[in-house]
Amino acid sequence: MNELWAALGKDLLLQWRTRTQAVAVFVFGAAALLLFSFASGPAAELLRRQAAGFLWLGLMLCSTLALADSFQSESEQRAMEALLLLPASARALYYGKALANWVQLALLGVALVPLMVVLYDAGTRRVVPLFGVILLGSAGLSAPGTLYAGMTAQMRARQTLLPLLLFPLVVPVLLSSVKATSLILTGDPMGQARSWTTLLAAFDLIYWSLCGVVFPKVVEE
Amino acid sequence: MPLGMAVETVGLGRRFGRRWALAEVTLTVARGQRVMLTGRNGSGKTTLLRVLASLLSPDRGSVRVCGGDVVQDREAVRHHVALLGHYSGHYEALTALQNLQVAARFLGQDASREAIRARLDQFGLAARADDAVSTFSAGMRKRLALARTMMQPATVVLLDEPYGELDVDGFALVDGLLESMRAEGRTVLMSTHLLERGRELCEHAVALEAGRLTWAGPSADMPQHSAWSERQRGAA
Repeated sequence: MNELWAALGKDLLLQWRTRTQAVAVFVFGAAALLLFSFASGPAAELLRRQAAGFLWLGLMLCSTLALADSFQSESEQRAMEALLLLPASARALYYGKALANWVQLALLGVALVPLMVVLYDAGTRRVVPLFGVILLGSAGLSAPGTLYAGMTAQMRARQTLLPLLLFPLVVPVLLSSVKATSLILTGDPMGQARSWTTLLAAFDLIYWSLCGVVFPKVVEE
Repeated sequence: MPLGMAVETVGLGRRFGRRWALAEVTLTVARGQRVMLTGRNGSGKTTLLRVLASLLSPDRGSVRVCGGDVVQDREAVRHHVALLGHYSGHYEALTALQNLQVAARFLGQDASREAIRARLDQFGLAARADDAVSTFSAGMRKRLALARTMMQPATVVLLDEPYGELDVDGFALVDGLLESMRAEGRTVLMSTHLLERGRELCEHAVALEAGRLTWAGPSADMPQHSAWSERQRGAA
């Protein structure tokens, strides 16, 4: 447990020290949301209906940049290798980084919400459920994303490979996040949001369990 | 494995693609010995040290460090081994102090500012404790890497060209560390091109050539007449 806290503390500190990169990722996400609104045209009702999808697509695109960045500092001077030799547990290193990435992606998602409201006229009073879905959805991106970012960190084509590997795997997360968010934004007369949220939580549980088991095999030769 | 052996490799082979970086390396190092590892660039010194540190798995043969197999007992072996490699192993965005604090927390050691500053002072880095490592020179990075390596309570210390990038004071620092490790009874394997210095500081020597062990024995008996060895002495 001490190792997990040490790993989480290290990754949060790294994120704080490189916070200008996080700002750049947010600007990228904001630009993506803006472009989606141009691509959809001026129909207000259409924009409102597609707002949830655009928000999650924007967050997913941002996530590949943020996740790749999170391993940049590990591979520059082989810092993770040095930690493994201390010896630090690979599993603790994984969960520390995945948790830090989760925090970053959740904050990014929350920061994109006001833009979504302004650009797509998709406001809601159900802020707590909306942030709850963002929390669960970003967890579903963070766990496999951290694993694949670790796998591709040393590869030359990592910026292409990461989304290629990650996107197919997170389709269930994307689907349930979009559905739950859309129901929160546009109304949920049949009470379906709870089912989609439960499905999302179930995928989170699977990803967080499995990826933690696989990661040590990925980082060791 | 004979009692008291810190390192034992039998028929060790390691390849990268189709090229064998190490082939048929059989080597024993007793506990407490200091061994100089020499050879031309690309002769397999770094690969050997990385295999001993359990970072690379052997493709052939067996490797045991402090009685543990580097593949089967990787975790246990890592409790006994520390490696100073070519890469500094630091986070460029963090300060020198923060880097050592991270290591101290994983090692369960005192990570207070005072304790880490005292350690940095020992390695001549106290004045730059709060500067990001990205602003450090190569020599300062090496000092910081040495500081972190020495934090580990390892019984087998692997040093890959520890004098590289260091100034005269840095050379004295490494000499002092080797002396203190001898007093503590630690085993040291040190790769170096500084043959005369290595001969003074290490009782034993091992020479590699194209991944094969070509000579092993007391460093005082090491052949001095090969053209390569002459060139190394000249360069030093």
